[in-house]
Parts: sequence; structure tokens; C-alpha cells
Amino acid sequence: MTAVLDWIALGCLLGGALLSFAAGVGLVRFPDLLSRMHTAAKPQILGLLLILVGIGLRMAPDPRVGILVLVALFQLLTVPVAAHIAGRAAYRTGRVRRDLLAIDELRDELAEDSGR
Amino acid sequence: MTAVWIAIEVLLGAAALLSMARLVMGPSILDRALSVDVVLAATIAGIGTFAAFHRDPTLLPVLLVVSLLGFVGSVSVARFVARRTDPEPPGGEQGPGSGTERGSER
Repeated sequence: MTAVLDWIALGCLLGGALLSFAAGVGLVRFPDLLSRMHTAAKPQILGLLLILVGIGLRMAPDPRVGILVLVALFQLLTVPVAAHIAGRAAYRTGRVRRDLLAIDELRDELAEDSGR
Repeated sequence: MTAVWIAIEVLLGAAALLSMARLVMGPSILDRALSVDVVLAATIAGIGTFAAFHRDPTLLPVLLVVSLLGFVGSVSVARFVARRTDPEPPGGEQGPGSGTERGSER
């Protein structure tokens, strides 16, 4: 039973590591900040959750595994906030490449607000 | 099984190195904050993999600290960028200030 759990944990850890690697490649290859934010979110949420599930499966009977739940909770709460603030600052300071945007709803909203 | 453990750590190390490359190249400070976030995510994953390999729960609070550290760092950098450009009038965003920023971005 322990061997089976270990293999499942290993699969989760490998999935998290692959997502982190994909984020590294995307950070180098992608052209602008918003697409880099898209790829950077993968290891921060899904990759980290996979890694934490893997750790939890490796140490299952230990009660200190509860710390992992706290890590996942804080990460789920803080990563969207940080991404929102960074994206807002990028848009407002003109660091977004507008030729790569398919649709820009915020520009119409801002035009309405300034026209009022 | 050992090969899989080595593959996991090599992948995480490669992720951290690629993010470091973006950290050096990064055209704007927000790109650098973003790549620091990814480096920290790879750090959490690496420390966690180490803890899982040794079945050592004493390393788990480190994961908590590093995850909160990444949040504080990226939010303060983003607020710093926003603060520096806020005092300009709204029309000034299309003016020479943002023009030089866009020029330095390329």
C-alpha cells in the first residue's frame, strides 16, 4: 500500500515539476507581460497544489501535514490578488502590448469614464 | 524510482534557471517581479520535493514563509510602480513619459 502511495506521490511531484519547467520556458519565450503572467500562474497554483498533494501522500500519517493545507490556502488567496495588482499596474503604465490583445474591454470602460 | 526523483529536481532547477534568465533580461520591473514569483514557486516545489524525499515534516513551515514572502514582494513592487506614475494627470499617460517607457521596453 505504501509503495502504491509513493508512486502516486511521485507522479504528482513530477507533474508539478513539469508545470514549473513549462512556466520557465514560457517566461523566456513569450513576448509581453500579460502572456508571461498567464504562463507564470501555472506553477503557482496547479503545480504547487500537485507538489503539496505529493508531499502529503509521502507523509500521510503525520499530523504536521496540516501545514500543507495552510500553504495551499494562502497561495490560493494571495496569487490572484498579486496577479491582479501587477496586471493593473502594467495596464495603467502602458506596458501592455496592445497589438497582441484580441479584445480590450478596459479601454472602452476607461474611455467612457473619461468622457463623463 | 531514483531516476524520477532526479528528473523532478532537474526540471525544477531548469525552471528556476530559465526564470533567472528572464530576471536578467526583463524589460520592465514588473517582468522581474513576475519572474521572482516563478523562482519562488520553483523554490517551494524544490524544498517540498526535498522534504517529501526524506519524509521530513520539519521543512514544511519554510514553505509557508516562502509563499507569503512571494506575495508581499510582488504586491509591493506593483504598488511601487503604480505610485510612481499616479501623480501624473490622466492625459499624461499618452505623453512623453509613457513614450520613453515604451521605447525602453523594446
